[in-house]
Amino acid sequence: MSCVDVLPHKVVVIGVGNPYRGDDGVGPEAARRVRAAAPGWVEVMEHDGEPAGLLDAWDAADLAIVVDAVRSSGVDPGHVHRVEITESRYPASTPTVSSHGIDPGDVVELARALGRLPRRLVLYGIEGANFAPGLGLSTEVGASVNGLVTRVLNEVAADVP
Amino acid sequence: MTHRGSPSRTLHVAALARVEGEGAMHVEVRNGHVTDVQLQIYEPPRFFEAFLRGRAFTEPPDITARVCGICPVAYQMSACAAIEDACGVSIDPAVSQLRRLLYCGEWIESHALHVYLLHAPDFLGFDGAVELARTNRSIVERGLQLKKVGNQIMEAIGGRAIHPVNVRVGGFYRVPSPEELSPLAERLRWALDAGLATLRWVAGFNFPDFDIDHELLAVSQAGTYPIDAGGRLSSSGGLDFDVKDFERHVVEEQVAHSNALHARLVGRGSYMVGPLARYCLNFSRLSPLAREAAIDAGLGAVCRNPFRSIVVRSVELVYACEEALRLIESYEPPARPFAVVAPRAAVGYGCTEAPRGALYHRYDLAADGTILAARIVPPTSQNQAAIEHDLSRFVDARLDLPTPELTSACEQAIRNYDPCISCATHFLDLHLDRQ
Repeated sequence: MSCVDVLPHKVVVIGVGNPYRGDDGVGPEAARRVRAAAPGWVEVMEHDGEPAGLLDAWDAADLAIVVDAVRSSGVDPGHVHRVEITESRYPASTPTVSSHGIDPGDVVELARALGRLPRRLVLYGIEGANFAPGLGLSTEVGASVNGLVTRVLNEVAADVP
Repeated sequence: MTHRGSPSRTLHVAALARVEGEGAMHVEVRNGHVTDVQLQIYEPPRFFEAFLRGRAFTEPPDITARVCGICPVAYQMSACAAIEDACGVSIDPAVSQLRRLLYCGEWIESHALHVYLLHAPDFLGFDGAVELARTNRSIVERGLQLKKVGNQIMEAIGGRAIHPVNVRVGGFYRVPSPEELSPLAERLRWALDAGLATLRWVAGFNFPDFDIDHELLAVSQAGTYPIDAGGRLSSSGGLDFDVKDFERHVVEEQVAHSNALHARLVGRGSYMVGPLARYCLNFSRLSPLAREAAIDAGLGAVCRNPFRSIVVRSVELVYACEEALRLIESYEPPARPFAVVAPRAAVGYGCTEAPRGALYHRYDLAADGTILAARIVPPTSQNQAAIEHDLSRFVDARLDLPTPELTSACEQAIRNYDPCISCATHFLDLHLDRQ
C-alpha cells in the first residue's frame, strides 16, 4: 500500500453566518446540529465567513460543504438551494448576506485563482426572511434546519470512498 | 457621458464595496462645483453604549469586542484601560507587554487584509482581489500568509482569532508559556521579510497628488510607537492633552444623513486619526528598520497624501512584525496572569490605537462596579467629517472625468481611509448629483 492510499479522506462542514443577525445564524445552527450527529472524523466548524479563514478551513479537503444564509427575490424563506462549485463561477442567483469587505462568492473565485479550492465544494444556501440585528431564526427558516442537516449528513455519507 | 461642461450631476454609490459595513455616498454638483458630499450610513445604530449601562465593570472587554470582527482587540484594550483607570489599578509591565503583542497580531491581520485584498486592487486597475489573484497569485498568497500570522498571534494569546476570549479586566485569564509562543517567532521572521517586500511592492504604485490639511490626532505612548496604551493624545496643531480631557477637546454631533456621529475638535473643526496621524506624529518612535524602510519607500517623516496611506500601513505592518518578534524573544510570563481589580465609584478613561486610529472609551462606575454610563468614540466616526471634506476637494478637481471614472475614483478615495462602517455605525453607495 502506498502512502497515498492511507491519507485520510478529509470532509469538512462549515456553517457560515452571524447568529446576531437573525436568519444569518442558520449556518452556525446547522453546523452545531451536524456536529452532534456526524461521525467523529468529519470536521465541523462555525465560521464568520472571513476570506482567508475560509480558505484555510477547506484546505486540502476532499469534500467541503458550506452552509450559509442567502437572499434572492421571489423565493420562499426556508427554501434550500444546493450548488456544487465546478468550473462555473459562484452563481449570482444565490447572493449571500454579508457585511464583510469581500463578497462570499469572491472567496470562492479567490480560492480558484489561488488553486485552493477543495476537491469538491458544495454550497447549501438557505433562503432567509429576517436579517435584522437580534438572535433567533424566523419560523420558516427554523423549520427547514432539520431537513437541511439530513441532506448534509447524506451528502457526507455518500462521499466516503 | 457628462462632463464639467454640463455642470450639474449626481454621483451615487448605493453600496460601497471593499469597506467594512454598509453605507452609501452622495455627491451633489451645482454650476460646475461640488456643493455637498454626504457619507450616508444606514446600518442601524448599535446602541452599545446604552446596553452597557447596568452591566458589571468586568463585562466591557467581551461585550465591546463584538462591535467589530476586524478590530476586537482594540475594543478590549481601550475598555480595559478605561476600567483599570477608574479602579485605580496598575498593571504588571509583563502583562502590558503581552497585551501589546496581542495588539500587534490585530494590526498585522487588519493591515494585511486592507493592503492586499481591499486597497491594492485600486492601484493596479483591478476590480478586486480575485482579479489580482488571477494575475499575481504569489503576491496574494503572501498577503494571506501575513494575515494568518496575525491571526496566529491572536489565537495564541487571545484564545481565538475573532473576538478573543482570553482578555479580562486586569490582564488575561491565562498567559501562554514561552514554549507556546516560540513557534510564532519563526513565522514572524518570515512575516518581517514579507512586510518589507510588501512595502517595496506598494511603494511602486502611482499616487495622485492630493494632500490633506486636517489636524492629525493620535495617542502618545511614552518612548514607543503608539499601539496599546497611553495616557495622552497629541495633535499636529500642538494639542497635548490627558485622555481624561478627551471629551473637552472632542465633541460629537448628530447629522441627518448618517447613523454615525460627526466628531470635531473644539474650536478647531474636523480632524483625522489613523495611520497617517500616527506616522506623522510618531515617526521618530518607529524602529530604525521601519524608519529606514519608510525612507527607502519614498516617504518623509510626514505623509499627508491619503492615497499613500497604503504605504504607511505597510510601514506599520513591518513595525508590528518586528515589534511582535521582539516581544516574543524577550517574553517572560507575568508572575500572575491578571491583577485583581476591585470596583469603586469613579470615572475611567482609556484610549488606544486601533488599526484605523484612536479608539476612546469612558466608563462611569458605581461603588459596586455597575456601569452607570459608557461612551465609545470609534476612529471612523472621528474621520467622517474629514473624509467628506477631502472628497469634496477631490471631486471638485476632477469634474472633467466621465461619471463612471469619477465614481470609481471616489470609491478608491474612500478606501484610502479604511473606513470601518460597522464600528462607526455606523457606513457606504456613491451618489453624484449635478444640476
